[in-house]
Amino acid sequence: MSENILHLDHVTMQFGGVVAVDDLTLDVNQGEIVALIGPNGAGKTTAFNCITGVYEPTNGQVSFLGTPIVENYPQGKMASQYAGQNKGMFTHRLAPTPDHITQLGIARTFQNIRLFGALTVFENVLSAKHMRAKQNFLSATFRLNQKEEQRMREESMKLLEEQGLAHLKDEVASSLPYGLQRRLEIARALATSPKLLLLDEPAAGMNPQETQELTDFIRQIREKYGLSIFMIEHHMDLVMQISERIYVLDFGKLIAQGPPETIQNDQRVIDAYLGVADDAEN
Amino acid sequence: MLQEKRNRSGMIAVVGLTLALLALVLVLENTIKPTHMIFIVLKKSAVYALVASSMNLLNGFTGLFSLGQAGFMLLGAYTYSILTIPVESRESVYYIYGGSAIKFSLPELFGGGGVGLVLGVLVALILGGCVAALVAWLIGLPVLRLKSDYLAIATLGFGEIIRAVFQWDKLGPITNGANALKNFPTFSSFNIENADGQVVLRLSAFVPMLLAAVCIGILLLLINSSYGRAFKAIREDEIAAEAMGINLAKHKRLAFCISSFFTGVGGGMFAMFANQAQAKNFVTSMTYEILLIVVIGGIGSISGSCIASFLYVAASEWWLRFLDSEAYIGDFKVPLLRTGFRMVVFSVIIMIVVLFFRRGLMGDKELPDLFRMLRSRKTRKEAAK
Repeated sequence: MSENILHLDHVTMQFGGVVAVDDLTLDVNQGEIVALIGPNGAGKTTAFNCITGVYEPTNGQVSFLGTPIVENYPQGKMASQYAGQNKGMFTHRLAPTPDHITQLGIARTFQNIRLFGALTVFENVLSAKHMRAKQNFLSATFRLNQKEEQRMREESMKLLEEQGLAHLKDEVASSLPYGLQRRLEIARALATSPKLLLLDEPAAGMNPQETQELTDFIRQIREKYGLSIFMIEHHMDLVMQISERIYVLDFGKLIAQGPPETIQNDQRVIDAYLGVADDAEN
Repeated sequence: MLQEKRNRSGMIAVVGLTLALLALVLVLENTIKPTHMIFIVLKKSAVYALVASSMNLLNGFTGLFSLGQAGFMLLGAYTYSILTIPVESRESVYYIYGGSAIKFSLPELFGGGGVGLVLGVLVALILGGCVAALVAWLIGLPVLRLKSDYLAIATLGFGEIIRAVFQWDKLGPITNGANALKNFPTFSSFNIENADGQVVLRLSAFVPMLLAAVCIGILLLLINSSYGRAFKAIREDEIAAEAMGINLAKHKRLAFCISSFFTGVGGGMFAMFANQAQAKNFVTSMTYEILLIVVIGGIGSISGSCIASFLYVAASEWWLRFLDSEAYIGDFKVPLLRTGFRMVVFSVIIMIVVLFFRRGLMGDKELPDLFRMLRSRKTRKEAAK
């Protein structure tokens, strides 16, 4: 069996009285493309934010390559307010900042594109290389890191060439058309040399043709960089075509999981998306 | 790789321009009357250019809106003056407190004379910067968690507190309380004199220009390095920067400390310019002056800050002076001209500049970008023919 990359163990995220993610357990294995779907407000992006350290989950554990990276249990005000399950299952607190998670090898993109707008395409990718460069601010200021800087530049350039963005390298990122901005955001995430890539609605706002291109693109980068990909997506044709396994969230709860064919015919999933007709209940 | 070549030629152009400017100042200083207004303007604008550039590193490049500049300048100015007042003058400077608690002076420690002066002043300025950076690190621990306006208010408060602390009577033997520190080496101390005490080579405007040029050069190198890119990424989008592995706390603190370091050095230079250091001079309105320079020059443009600081100082101290004195054309008394009218006109000019250059004189462009734009426009025109 292939190696486990990401494992969420009974993750619950509660905001005040609202349980946004409720007891979510899922796995992503080496080389897999896994999708997380669900109606609006189901808690998909919240789940992403729990993995990447933007939020600290209220209860539960996230492991990456078999090592726990995020863990929490209801404490402080939450100790009395906690409305989820598995109370007392976890006893440690591990809350790294997002940059630390990226350092470990999890990169992400955002639902609403978050490029460094005023920087050029090249600088956007280059700034993601900063984290792994061996340098300090003095050696960088006084140009004692020439070799490192050169390496960063070459790698970034190579990445841009592979992503077909090389001819745009001196353009300001915010001036790119929408589809290319999405592509640049993925390129920037790849520049952090990740093992796992989290894509938050990569096809949002794309037309069918662009979506098709994106499908091929995601497959390509998985092959090329040996990545595992975990994505949130609403375009069902993309999800069904590309993903090996699908998890379905509704109101924070996992309601179904399995390969695309199973999900397509799952009554609970259909109900979650289309609603349950009144007379069906009788 | 073409880009790199272009960058290099731009850099050479800027270095060449700076050297030419320095040479021009050196020549001017030794040819025209040393009491000419331009030298005061040059000295003060060199100091302001440095402080404005370091404020720009924080406000324009890292996106941290800090208003603690006067406080950090005060730290630099006091550190510099306390360490460099000659031992023999300490008695008279600190007469209220019966002498200074610090019994040495850096230029004398380094053996006095020319070498001692240069080394002592440099070390004192750098130490002034270090004190400012250290204090920045300390107050950065709580304060840098704040964002935008809140950070501005907190740092503004810091500036006020530091000014009050330095005027505290109990610190008198070190800070001389609310009284001025004076008699330390100033820019004029660098004029080279012959045995009869006559000046053979004036360097009093050249030295501050050189110091500012070196410091701003270092700032520029930092901004164009990998760390500078990280700072800009934080400015553009904090959440995305963090997701790209840039440690927000560490990088913000770094930018804050480096900016404060150079502000501290600028403060020491300001003491040299003013021939004295007194806490009551480092008021909040000084921070606003610098903020004004940064905004007029362009937020995110170091060359803008330098140009704007010269224009600002020249306009406020020199070009508009005539508005302050009554003037007659024949028998006709020109209306409105009187003491204080200069500031009215000055404010109107600033409003006009801000109206017509909404993003500052330079926007977020640097001088080499401007050369490049001009050149590409020219080639486009030729192509059109």
